[in-house]
Amino acid sequence: MFELIKQGTKIDFMSMTRIFFIISGLVVIFSVGTIATKGFNFGIDFAGGTIIQMKFESAPDLDDIRSTMDKLNIGEVVIQNFGSDHEVLIRVEKTERDLNTVANTIKSSMTDTFPDNKFIVERVEQVGPQVGADLKNKATYAVIYALIGVLIYVAIRFQFIFSLGAIMAIAHDVIITLGIFSITGKEISLTIIAAVLTIVGYSLNDTIVVFDRIRENMKEDKTEMKFKDIINKSLNETLSRTVLTSLTTLLAVGALYVFGGAVIHSFAFALLIGVAIGTYSSIGIASAFVYMLTKKKA
Amino acid sequence: MNLKLRWAFIAVVIIWALFSMFPLNQNLKLGLDLQGGMHVVLGVDTDKAVEAKVEAIANQLRKELAIEKVDFSYVQKISNNSVSISLKSTDAFEKAKGIIADNYQSLQDISISGENNLSYMLDKQSADRVRDYAVEQSLEVVRNRIDEFGVSEPVIQRQGKKQVVVQLPGVTDPDRAISLIGKTAQLKFYIVDDNVSAEEAESGNIPFDDKVLYQKQSDDSTGQTINRFPFVVKKDAVLTGDYLVDAEVSISSTYNLPIVQFTLDAAGAKLFEEITADNIGNRMAIVLDDNVYSAPVIKSRIPGCSAYIDGIDSMQEAKDLAIVLRAGSLPAPVKIEENRTVGPSLGQDSINSGIKAALIGLCLIVVFILVYYRMACIVANVALATNFILILGVMSQFGATLTLPGIAGIILTIGMSVDANVLIFERVREELRMGRTPMNALEYGYEKAFSTIMDANITTIIAAIVLFQFGTGPIKGFAVTLSIGILASLFTAIFVTKAVFWTILRGKDVKKLSI
Repeated sequence: MFELIKQGTKIDFMSMTRIFFIISGLVVIFSVGTIATKGFNFGIDFAGGTIIQMKFESAPDLDDIRSTMDKLNIGEVVIQNFGSDHEVLIRVEKTERDLNTVANTIKSSMTDTFPDNKFIVERVEQVGPQVGADLKNKATYAVIYALIGVLIYVAIRFQFIFSLGAIMAIAHDVIITLGIFSITGKEISLTIIAAVLTIVGYSLNDTIVVFDRIRENMKEDKTEMKFKDIINKSLNETLSRTVLTSLTTLLAVGALYVFGGAVIHSFAFALLIGVAIGTYSSIGIASAFVYMLTKKKA
Repeated sequence: MNLKLRWAFIAVVIIWALFSMFPLNQNLKLGLDLQGGMHVVLGVDTDKAVEAKVEAIANQLRKELAIEKVDFSYVQKISNNSVSISLKSTDAFEKAKGIIADNYQSLQDISISGENNLSYMLDKQSADRVRDYAVEQSLEVVRNRIDEFGVSEPVIQRQGKKQVVVQLPGVTDPDRAISLIGKTAQLKFYIVDDNVSAEEAESGNIPFDDKVLYQKQSDDSTGQTINRFPFVVKKDAVLTGDYLVDAEVSISSTYNLPIVQFTLDAAGAKLFEEITADNIGNRMAIVLDDNVYSAPVIKSRIPGCSAYIDGIDSMQEAKDLAIVLRAGSLPAPVKIEENRTVGPSLGQDSINSGIKAALIGLCLIVVFILVYYRMACIVANVALATNFILILGVMSQFGATLTLPGIAGIILTIGMSVDANVLIFERVREELRMGRTPMNALEYGYEKAFSTIMDANITTIIAAIVLFQFGTGPIKGFAVTLSIGILASLFTAIFVTKAVFWTILRGKDVKKLSI
């Protein structure tokens, strides 16, 4: 029988809680610090602005585009290749000007700059300042509602203390994922928020499987086993499943990251990080937190 | 459940799914990000609608006071939502007050004890009604215009207090669509005040009942104004496009340029005749959205009910102008607050890379399970395939929209759906280790894994529901495929795999389970 985790593996996870907490604590503090000081690179969904994606017949010189855009005087402009060197993404910061005029100005100036290099406009995304602010609000509430919903469900199905552990784990995952986005300066868009909510679901999925086993072992235990040993036993019993599921999910998300195309790239990136961290947190944070809380009580 | 019955049920479900999904390209609705198209959110400037309403009330009041022979010096709109009336005597003051109290219930008295001065504000309830009506009417007008424009399966809905969402799948000329739906198209006729020169107009030195309008020349490609000529006109429009019944494109005989010829209804025609009779020798400015198109001299009384707009650059513009005039004007200007347009080629690229990623992900997982579970892998892979069919089947049946994040959702659920099987298989392995017979271990494994699977998946569904609530198009698509995927994987893990196991193992004296 092929096994990733050898049968009868007994890793004493709960003796390592201190290490888990120190590492996670440091990473979380660092993430929060970066988010607080550097902030996020909000995409146009939240910041407002215009994105125009164009595909040229032959690869255009980005500097030419840049100097043309500077002359237009339409605010801060970011120009980059997207997917291939034939494709260019132009992003303009938010403006009070008529969105349609902004888009048309950019398009016609490109026609003037590259008279011999035909292009097609593949995508135009424009978000006015008001809509951007609304979406930011909505996204924040969405994450909060998801957390509350989950807290209630776990509190009903398990003891309250487990619910706290689960929330700690989720918060940990969300903060670190967002922290990585802040550090790398990757754009936060609507799809990234969707990814974050998915991570919430996934991480919880993992955590619950472990909790479920702890609950079962607590019920079946007749030998007055220490709570620490019960948790360890449960973690080891579910370890093989935890690793397996993470692997298959990572395979799927990895395929998406590599082959899914430029549009979905950041989304897959967020999921990759989230799945990895979510797997760790169900052991290192959720269970460890439950253990720590009960230890204090006793 | 009896094994035969179980298989029958599974067969029905799968056949139903296959039946719903084929032919796939007809039954599976693609989102705008995959098939190309535009999603535009228009914000209706409802303040302008209120302002127009107040303006109209002021005009009506002026007429009524004149008819009732009330001695007033002026009736004016003083802010966005209020009018001020100045009267020449206490007698007139009382009379005006009475008329307004009787006939203008929507006006709220906000006068500050000034000498023979009255101020009124449009009350909040009426203002709200005007705002609401403006949005509703905009929706209607935009719908009419889109209908004339000809797009298949457009979605036009109201969103919140003052927004209108327009979705046009597969639209090939987004710029034209935007200019069509965004144009206010308020047609107005003014009498030009030729006593004031253009220089005086530019300096702002004009009589109080006049205003300046411009004839703008814009750059064809950018739409930016490059030149403008001032016209001084009498402030009140003498006639509006409300009387318009038809508009058509034709070619002017003199210059061979496109013009839009429009016809007024009987009341409009009568008004037009009176106005022209009263203003022979003056110029009449034909104004669309505050832009003067032309200002011909009225040479004689014009009895007919037909006139035209010229000064149009292209045939295309003339056609679109005719469309918007026919479809009616927007009650208030609209602003584009959000625009997401995806060209068909990018949509196709997204579909291709999405399918590629899905297939590769699927292969990787299949191979992985094959290596890991050997015989049981057949079971797991059957489950995978069933899942895939179920997701597409359910989506087709219920008209759910597949978006790019939606494809990602399918890939993700495929990865996660293995989880249910893993949970069961791992459980069965454990039971086997504890010395149970294979059949027994299977029975226990399924039973014990069940509550775990439920708990674990319900939480993901909670996240998906929240996503659906808050998301816009593409994100909603993701939430939908994620939820359907989870439900499908629950079904396959609990129903299908068990049936497969039982069928393989039934009747055999199984000593060893390759799991």
